[in-house]
Amino acid sequence: MAAAGNKQALMSITYDIVAGDFVRGGEAAGKLKRVLQQLGLGANVIRRTAIATYEAEMNVVIHSYGGQLSVDITSETIEIICSDCGPGIPDIDQALQEGYSTASDDVREMGFGAGMGLPNIRRSADEFSITSTVGEGTQLQIRILHKAGE
Amino acid sequence: MKIKDVMELIEAKLLTKKEHLEQEILSVCGADLMSDVLAFTRAKTLLLTGLTSVQTVRTAQVVDLAGIVFVRGKSPGSEVIEMANAEGLPLLTTKHPLYETCGRLYLAGLKGCSELDSGKEADSGSGREQTGANVNHI
Repeated sequence: MAAAGNKQALMSITYDIVAGDFVRGGEAAGKLKRVLQQLGLGANVIRRTAIATYEAEMNVVIHSYGGQLSVDITSETIEIICSDCGPGIPDIDQALQEGYSTASDDVREMGFGAGMGLPNIRRSADEFSITSTVGEGTQLQIRILHKAGE
Repeated sequence: MKIKDVMELIEAKLLTKKEHLEQEILSVCGADLMSDVLAFTRAKTLLLTGLTSVQTVRTAQVVDLAGIVFVRGKSPGSEVIEMANAEGLPLLTTKHPLYETCGRLYLAGLKGCSELDSGKEADSGSGREQTGANVNHI
């Protein structure tokens, strides 16, 4: 993603995400949400960031061998990179379709795995890109724009 | 409508501390899929669900739900209740099934999330639900 003009760096945070830990899954997104609230960002920006990072975090918990959520907050944007080591996604177009999922029944019993994760992230983001290498892992880049009062 | 009014309408029992009973509810959503809750609810929505996992409370935290009602007499484990107490999130349980619980609240005047006028919500997006970001494949 191209960097915008005179934006000022406010904070950088990285959270580790443990694969298969459904009890702690969502903890990073929750912590990030509190940070954004302390920074006084707008409710809509906080909500969209929380939804995108929660879905991204759960994807790593469900599908990968482990990963990280890295967040750079500037005066204009929230830049999120969610990367994992894992099996990767063979067909990204298919994975982006609502309702498509490879999750197990165990995951569905947790309330996830309905094929809504990536579509929810895309809906919440201002910019979204995904790269994946089969056998290595997947990386999401999510950008959410904010200005004071929004 | 407040949490305490809902408790009466659906004959619910409070699982968390006796707090937040005056919490105002703006709409109701019935779902077992947390991604649907993330996609379609607004702030101060009451969730009716049969799912009792810890992810119900995580989801509530992410989208600022007003509370959670577990239907059909279900009750989550103590770790879920403790987490909700820490978050200040009221958890209720009712013996009624999902459909009947929805019906009682709808008849009492509580609307679904899609029926709310988006202009009335303080933190609503500007049509983002319909648009979303473009996807770049690299």
